[in-house]
Amino acid sequence: MELTREEESALKGEQGEIMQMAYRILVATGEAVDAEKLVPIEWAHLSGVNYNTIGDAGEEFLSSISKNARVKVKTTLNPMGFDIDNVENYNLDKNFISKQLSIKNSYETMGVTPSFSCIPYEIFDIPKEGTQVAFAESNAAIHANSYDNLKTNKESAFSALASAITGKSPYSSLRKDDTPNITIRMKVKNPNELTYGMLGFFAGKVGDTSVNISGLGEMDKRQCKAMCGGMGTSGTCAKFLFGDGDANCEKVDFDEKEMQNIHDELNTSEKGDLITLGSPQLGLEEISDLVGKLKGRSFTKRCMIFCPRTVKEQARKIGYTNELERAGCEILSDCCTCLTPLITKNDIDAVTTNSIKGAFYLKNSNGVDVNLKSLSQIIEDETN
Amino acid sequence: MKILVKGKAEGIVVKSNMPINFLGTVDKNTGIISDKNHELFNKSIKNSILVFPSGVGSSVGAYTIYSIKSNNTAPIAMICQKADLTVASGCALSNIPLVIVSDKEFASFQNGQRISLDTEFDNPISIIQ
Repeated sequence: MELTREEESALKGEQGEIMQMAYRILVATGEAVDAEKLVPIEWAHLSGVNYNTIGDAGEEFLSSISKNARVKVKTTLNPMGFDIDNVENYNLDKNFISKQLSIKNSYETMGVTPSFSCIPYEIFDIPKEGTQVAFAESNAAIHANSYDNLKTNKESAFSALASAITGKSPYSSLRKDDTPNITIRMKVKNPNELTYGMLGFFAGKVGDTSVNISGLGEMDKRQCKAMCGGMGTSGTCAKFLFGDGDANCEKVDFDEKEMQNIHDELNTSEKGDLITLGSPQLGLEEISDLVGKLKGRSFTKRCMIFCPRTVKEQARKIGYTNELERAGCEILSDCCTCLTPLITKNDIDAVTTNSIKGAFYLKNSNGVDVNLKSLSQIIEDETN
Repeated sequence: MKILVKGKAEGIVVKSNMPINFLGTVDKNTGIISDKNHELFNKSIKNSILVFPSGVGSSVGAYTIYSIKSNNTAPIAMICQKADLTVASGCALSNIPLVIVSDKEFASFQNGQRISLDTEFDNPISIIQ
């Protein structure tokens, strides 16, 4: 990869240890994606915020670099381990709370906007078409490239951090006109958000850096989010294009059988002890839809709803929050279903969710079983 | 062959033909794979030369690589078939040598082989036994 004189000097350590580390990461990732150079970015979105996921090593690393590191561009970040407003209700251990607060503090010291959300594309204004960004959150990177006309690699936690600090990112093929070599043909009739999540999970497994998806018909915002979440969980894909692709493109069907296979892989329980909604976090439209579906009904078991803080505030103003609380929901911001320390296998055997991403991480990281079903089915089965 | 993170190591190959999602499926303290559906389920990657197609899934997997390195439960080197940013950046920050090999070279590695890797050499990988 070609570096400018200034970038070379930073890599040699002439601009301090932080810059040297950042450029070392950018060079390794640049080589990984065959980038010929670095390009300026206007927005970085960081992952690696939840103490559950980054651990002591991560907390110490961030605490150490935050003494000197400052972000150069607009930088937002992913959910953390709890909602700061109601953390005391969840019996989390003191060590967890203090380490999580240290991580929060380190990011804020570096100049990061404390958004604590995995859906930056829903809560911030989208820059003009073609803007280069560096999004580490996998669903957000796919959403940015496929839906928002932005350009990003599927960054890692460290490459996005290095991009935030330097304002640059590797110029990979994904940032240019990437052409997928595979097309997934959607063959499942009457899909709901869960189907789209499974389609994404399947496409992520068979795709490379990008995939074509055909046969989708009209897809709403929630279905798109579900697909991006599923795709980001299973693979390396960072973009999908609508359509069949060219004649040489390999074609793979996503049919009832494939869908059943994905369902069998992720669904490990016939019922859940509690319900979680939101991984990726819910936006205002989904909350509005949920309120509409509830129509005065109440959940018969605990239901945790994860949304960004800004969405929770909007929902409160509109009156949705009251309605959800009436129906027995707990509304949490700053955190998300995925990898949450609020759900542990000591207390819970199984969780019901409509989120593919949430299901994968709850099962593999938290060790709880998962009962996977669509939101409509959840409301039918779990409310009265 | 492409060198993403320089270094040298000698050790035993632990190979998987399945990609690895480091976040949530690799135990930070022990380096043991906890995903029941994974080929390396219940196996440790600690002190191995880990051979696998590529990293997949969450971008936070890079922190898992940094954590296992800090906890002394990381592989001493990694060899992949495909480069991905999560593994590249995690190895770059943690100084774990990382090499990308061709499909043919990848297929030739066997579990339990002892190999040495030195990115300073023209042929970085040699099989000892």
